[in-house]
Amino acid sequence: MDFKGMDIISIRDFSKQEILQILKTATKMEGLRKPLLKDKVLATLFFEPSTRTRLSFEAAMSRLGGKVIGFADPNVSSASKGESLPDSIKIVQGYADVIVIRHPLEGSARVAAESSDVPVINGGDGANQHPTQTFLDLYTIQKVKKKLNGLKIGFLGDLKYGRTVHSLAHALSHFGAEMYFISPESLRMPSDDLKELKAKKIKYHEVKDLMKVIKKLDVLYATRIQAERFPDPIDYNRVKDSYILDKSLLKGVKKDLKILHPLPRVNEINYDIDDTPYAVYFEQARNGVPVRMALLALVLGVKI
Amino acid sequence: MKELRVSAIKDGTVIDHIPSDVTFKVVRVLHLSKMEKTVMVAQNLKSKKMRTKGIVKVSGKELTEDEANKIALLAPSATVNIIKNYNVSKKMDLKVPELIKGIMKCSNPKCVTNNDSVPTVFTLKSTKPVKVQCRYCERYMQAADLKIL
Repeated sequence: MDFKGMDIISIRDFSKQEILQILKTATKMEGLRKPLLKDKVLATLFFEPSTRTRLSFEAAMSRLGGKVIGFADPNVSSASKGESLPDSIKIVQGYADVIVIRHPLEGSARVAAESSDVPVINGGDGANQHPTQTFLDLYTIQKVKKKLNGLKIGFLGDLKYGRTVHSLAHALSHFGAEMYFISPESLRMPSDDLKELKAKKIKYHEVKDLMKVIKKLDVLYATRIQAERFPDPIDYNRVKDSYILDKSLLKGVKKDLKILHPLPRVNEINYDIDDTPYAVYFEQARNGVPVRMALLALVLGVKI
Repeated sequence: MKELRVSAIKDGTVIDHIPSDVTFKVVRVLHLSKMEKTVMVAQNLKSKKMRTKGIVKVSGKELTEDEANKIALLAPSATVNIIKNYNVSKKMDLKVPELIKGIMKCSNPKCVTNNDSVPTVFTLKSTKPVKVQCRYCERYMQAADLKIL
């Protein structure tokens, strides 16, 4: 597969084979310090705050010998003068070989890709997609479980608004995962996503109580439940503690259970889990660099 | 018994079996209020096929395939007949296009199409009911719930 010139906008655009090739390339990037992109420029356009995504893209580009330009605050960009997004992209494409964009509006990355002759990578468009996060989630699971096929995966917390959950569930549907959706009633997986899984004959279960299923899981993907998602604070207070993980809940789980979290965490994973072999969320964040190195190299058509 | 009749037209297009509540949406989508020729619109007519229906008759205009496809979005069970010399010369098949551009507004207020100068594009996901997906924000929507631009 040739990824040269390809845009990375949504996990839904990728076949199973393409996903596997990206993960394979990321493995080759581990520890690599070759200036494969030394003549290339990455433009990072962050219309919304980000630390991990932006810095890991900048690190990825730097590790491959490339240069980075861009902004991390929309108030310093032409957006504050009222310039449209397509116009901004048409200008920036003349300054760079590849663009990474994070923007609050859903679909903005797709618009950017349509306005640009250089590849565009979506660093997060509102509540819609964050494909490089999904790739690094998959890469982490593959690395720690030594496989992607046939795993029992639990998704915990805010499944209604959690874009990382929707995307990862979609991606894992290529690999025959059995899925457990663990959430309060008001934050269940959207029905359209469940219909899609059903159409792909993916076995899934919806439960409210983590303890009923935790011993079955190979992987647990935890997300934060945000108070602002609950119009009534009483409802929030009723559920918030049911979805907090601490070491005491892990008695009897599979020895090789791995816990992931897209971060930042607030209180949903207790610090007492960090030093256990179950916790892989910091390794997960570090994996963002080889995965993003792989994506940059692939879309710029460089031979690895 | 006096009965309301919708007159026959000599040449033009008859759109029949429109769900009553959609009749004026059809008029809007086809920009018929700007027509110079005669346009007849009837709503809440009794129907054997449906409880009530709407009919739109446009003199001197043959609907294009594009226009027929727009109607397919709003009223997939409608019938479109081209009339020549008072006779039906052609029955148009209504088919919702796979790609629907610029006709409907995305219902997601955070979609880029509602906040920047970007025309909407939807892909057809199912026909019964007509369900579409916004190309940009990737949300699924029922076509009947969407505002026509």
